[in-house]
Amino acid sequence: MNLPLAAILQTLLLLALAPLLSGCIKNWKAKLQNRRGPPLWQPYLDLAKYLRKDMVISEHASWIFRAMPYVLFISTLLAGLMVPLVMASAPLSLFGGALAFVGLLALGRFFLALAGLDPASAFGGMGSSREMTISAIAEPALMLAIFTVAIGAGSTNLSQILAVAQGPAWKILNPAHVLAFAALFIVLLAETGRIPIDNPATHLELTMIHEAMILEYSGRYLALIEWSASIKQLVLMALLVNIFFPIGIATNFSPASMGLSFLWLMMKLLSLAAAVVLVETTNAKLRLFRVPDLLSTSFILAALALLSTFLFD
Amino acid sequence: MDRLSSTFLLKAALWLYLAAGVGSLLALRKEKLANLLGFGGAALAGLCGIGAALVFLVTGGANQSPPFDLWTSLIPYIQLTVKLDALGAFFLLILSALAIALSVYSLGYVKTFYGRKKVGVLGAFYNALLLATTLVFTASNAFFFLIAWELMALTAYCLVSFEHEKTEVRSAGVLYFIMSHIGTGCLILGFLIFFQAAGGNSPGDYSFDRFRAIRENLSVGQRDAIFLLFLFGFGVKAGIVPLHIWLPVAHPVAPSNISALLSGVLIKAGIYGLTRVYFDFLGTPPNWWGVTVLTIGTISALLGVLYALMEHDLKRLLAYHSIENIGIILMGLGAALMFLHTNHPILATLALIAALYHTINHAIFKALLFLGAGAVLHSTHTRNMEEMGGLIKRMPKTAFFFLIGAVAISALPPLNGFVSEWLTYQSLLQGFGTTDSLVRIMFPLAGAMLALTGALAAACFVKAFGITFLAQPRSEQARNAHEVSNTMLTGMGLLTAACIFLGLFPTTFLHLLDPVTSQLTGQRLSQSLSMANGLVLGSTQSLGGTVSTLGIVLTGLCLLPIPLVLWLFFARRARTRIGPTWDCGLRGLTPSMEYTATGFSKPIRMIFKALFRPRREVQREYDYSPYFAKTLRFESHIEEAFVTRLYRHLNRGILRLSRRMRALQAGSIQAYLIYIFITLLLLLMFAL
Repeated sequence: MNLPLAAILQTLLLLALAPLLSGCIKNWKAKLQNRRGPPLWQPYLDLAKYLRKDMVISEHASWIFRAMPYVLFISTLLAGLMVPLVMASAPLSLFGGALAFVGLLALGRFFLALAGLDPASAFGGMGSSREMTISAIAEPALMLAIFTVAIGAGSTNLSQILAVAQGPAWKILNPAHVLAFAALFIVLLAETGRIPIDNPATHLELTMIHEAMILEYSGRYLALIEWSASIKQLVLMALLVNIFFPIGIATNFSPASMGLSFLWLMMKLLSLAAAVVLVETTNAKLRLFRVPDLLSTSFILAALALLSTFLFD
Repeated sequence: MDRLSSTFLLKAALWLYLAAGVGSLLALRKEKLANLLGFGGAALAGLCGIGAALVFLVTGGANQSPPFDLWTSLIPYIQLTVKLDALGAFFLLILSALAIALSVYSLGYVKTFYGRKKVGVLGAFYNALLLATTLVFTASNAFFFLIAWELMALTAYCLVSFEHEKTEVRSAGVLYFIMSHIGTGCLILGFLIFFQAAGGNSPGDYSFDRFRAIRENLSVGQRDAIFLLFLFGFGVKAGIVPLHIWLPVAHPVAPSNISALLSGVLIKAGIYGLTRVYFDFLGTPPNWWGVTVLTIGTISALLGVLYALMEHDLKRLLAYHSIENIGIILMGLGAALMFLHTNHPILATLALIAALYHTINHAIFKALLFLGAGAVLHSTHTRNMEEMGGLIKRMPKTAFFFLIGAVAISALPPLNGFVSEWLTYQSLLQGFGTTDSLVRIMFPLAGAMLALTGALAAACFVKAFGITFLAQPRSEQARNAHEVSNTMLTGMGLLTAACIFLGLFPTTFLHLLDPVTSQLTGQRLSQSLSMANGLVLGSTQSLGGTVSTLGIVLTGLCLLPIPLVLWLFFARRARTRIGPTWDCGLRGLTPSMEYTATGFSKPIRMIFKALFRPRREVQREYDYSPYFAKTLRFESHIEEAFVTRLYRHLNRGILRLSRRMRALQAGSIQAYLIYIFITLLLLLMFAL
C-alpha cells in the first residue's frame, strides 16, 4: 500500500474514532457514578450541531483568534499521522518521530493559549497561563519517558520504537517499561486535561483550564477545537498502548491482519479509557498548586525508568 | 580565482565599514546624509561580507585562504594579519547577514534620534563595531585578536551608553565595561600560557597556526588552566550563568537596532572563541571539560528562561532569552567535547553542527525579536509590557514578524529553532550509547531539561506576544500606536525570510557547515544527514530518526481542505456575528480586567518560589471590608539570586579592600618616595 493512501486512511480513522473514544469515556464515567449518561455517539451529534450553528466572534479578537482552530486541528492531525495506529509503520514516520510529535502538539497549544488571550477576557488569560504552566512542567517527564523508550530502540522514530518493542513478550514487564508507562500515564492525564489535573466537564471560573481558553468560541470553530481535543486524546492514548503493549499490530497490508489489528487497537484503547475513567471517578481534582507535585512524581518515575535501563541493560 | 574573490570581498567589506563609519562622522551636521552614509554603507559592507563568507563556504574544499596584512606594521609583535578560515567564515556569515537586515532597519529607526542625538556618531560606532567584530572572526594571531576584541568591547560600550543622559543607561554601561574587562584579562592570561608553551621568544609564537602546532607540547595542567581561563573569559562575553549579570542590564538599554546586534552577534563572539580554542587549538579533551560545559549550558538555559518569564520589560525579557539560547548552544558544544573524549568523531560532529546551527538560528530570530521590540518601543515609547496590548490591530506587519520570531525561538515546528533543537536532542540521545560509565545518564537528563526549557520558552512567548499584541490596549500610548516605516519592516522581513528558509531547508544549509566541521573534527556530515533528495533531515545512525519540516508543512496544506469541506457540507447557512466578549454581566470589559504579564507568569513564580524568592507588598485602604478596597497598591520584586548572593558580597569585599588600600595613598610625597624605593629594592632582589 502506498503512503498517500495510508495517510488518507489514517486521517479518516483519526477523525472517525476520536469522538467515539470521548463518548465512551463520558458514558462509562456516568455509569460508574450511577447516572445514565449520554449515549456513546453523543460527541458526533455535538460536532454536527456546532458545525451548523452561527458564530459569535469577539470584537476585540484579531486574526489569531480565527486562525487558531485551523492551526490546532491540522497540527493535531499531523501529530496523529506520526503515530502508528493500525499499521506498524505510521504514514508520516519519515517526516518526524517522537520529537516532531511533541513539537506539533506544542505548536497547537501555543496558538490555543494565544487565542485564549486574544478576546481580552480575564478567563482566557487565566486558562492560557495555567495551560502553559502545566504543559511546561509536564514536558520534561514526557520527554524523559520518551527518551527511555527511544534509547532502548536506538531511535526517535515511533515506528522504529514499535518494531523493537515487538520483541519477546517478557520485555513488556521489564522495570524500565513499567516505570515509563506509569510516568506517561500521568502525563496523559495532564495533556488531555482530565481529573485530577483539569476537569473537562466544568465551567466554574476558578477551576477550568482548557475550557477557559476556548470560552469565547462558538459554532464551527468550537467544533474544530473540540474535535482536535478528542483527536489529541486518541493519539496520546494510542501512542501509549501501542508502544507499551505492541500486541497484534499489523505488519503486512492484508485486510485480515489489518482488521485483526484494528480490533486489538480498539480493545487496548478501551481498556486504557476504562483506566482513565476509574482514575477520574475515584479521585478529586487537585488544587492548582498541588499539580506540580503530581507531575514531579511523574518526572521521577521517568528518571527511575531511565536509571533502570542503565542497571538492567 | 575563488579564493581570490573571497579575499577580495572581505577586503571590500572591511574598507566599506571604515568608509561608512568615517563618512557618517564627517556628515555629522547633516543627519539624513549621515544616516544614509552610515547605515547604507554598512548594508553594502554586509553584502560584501556575506559574499566573502558564502564564496568561501560553498567552494570550501580546502580550509585555507591566503592571509593578508591589513597594513604593514612596524612593531614586530603587532602583525595585523587577516585570514579567513571555515570557522571564521561561518561566523562572518552570521555577522554579515545581520548587518544587512539591521542596517536596512536602522535607516528608518534612527530617524527617532533626529534633532535629539547625533546620528553620525551612532553610525560611526555602529560601523566600528561591525568592523571590529569582523576582525575578531578573521584575526589570525592572538595579539591582533585581542586588539580587535578590545575594540569590539569598547565600541559596544559606547553604543550601550548612547543614551547616556539616563542614569540607568550609564550604570548599565559601566557594569558591561567592568565585566567585559575581567573577561579580557582571562583571555590575555590564557593566550600567555599558549605563548609560553610555544617558546615565547618570537612574534610568530603568537600566531594561531603555532598554537595549533604545539597542542602536543602542553602539559595537563596548562591545558586545564587554558580551558578554565577561556571558559571564564569567553563565558563573560557569551553571558553564561553565573557570569551573565551584565547582559540583561546592558542589552535592553541600547537603541534597539544595537540590542539586536549585541544579542545576535556579539555574544556569539564568545561562542566563536570557545569553539576556536577548544576544537581548533586544543586536542582531545578530558571528560570533565565536556561535563562542565554541558552542565553550565543546561543551567544557563534553564535559569535564563525562568528569569525571562518573570520579566515584563519586553527587551529585558529578550535579553534573558539570549542567556537561555547560549545555554542551548553550550549543551551542543559540551556534548561534542564529551564525544571527542570517547573518540566518537561523527557524533561529536553532529553535536557541533547542532550547536553551530543553533548559533545562526538564535542570531536570526533574536535579532528579529529585538527589531520587533524596537518597532513597538518606537511607536508606544515604552518597554513595559503591562502598558501595551492590542498592537496586532495597530501594527499588523510588525505583529506578524514578531509572531514568526516567537514561534521560532519557542522551538516549534516548522521553523528554524525546532530544527536545531531537534539536532541537539538527537546528539544527546545517541550520546547514551557512547560510554558505559554513569556519566551517560547526563545526556537524557540534559535532554529533559532542554524539553523543560523549550516548554517554558513557549510559555514566555505566549506571554510576550499575547500581552504585547493581543487583547485591548492597556494605555493611551498603545491605543495611539501606528505601524512603523517601510525600511524598518523590510529589515524585519529579511530576517523572517531567513527564519523560514533555515526552518524549511535545513539540508541545503548544512552543506555550508561541511568546511567548518571538516576543519574542526575532520568529518563532513551534510551528505549523510540529508535523505530523500534533501527533503528529509536524518540523524547519523541509520535508524536514528528523521524529520522533514518541509514535508510537515506540505502535508499540513493537504489537510487544510478538510475543515473547508466540512464548512461547505454543514455550515453553509451559518452566519458570523461580531459581538462583545462575555463580561459576566458587567457593563463592558475594560483593559484593567485583562490578564497582565505579571498575572500570566504567577503560577510559574509560585512553583519556582524557592528560586525566585519574590517579595510582594500589598496596601489596601477600605471602609468596611477588605474585599471592597477603595485603593490598592501592589508591588512585587524579584531579585536575581546571583546578584543578591554572589555579586553583592563580592562588591562589598572589593570596596572593603580598597578602603584599606586608601591608607597607602596618604597624599604625602615622602611616603610615595619610600614606596618607590622599596619596590625598586624588591625588584632588584627578585632579578638577582
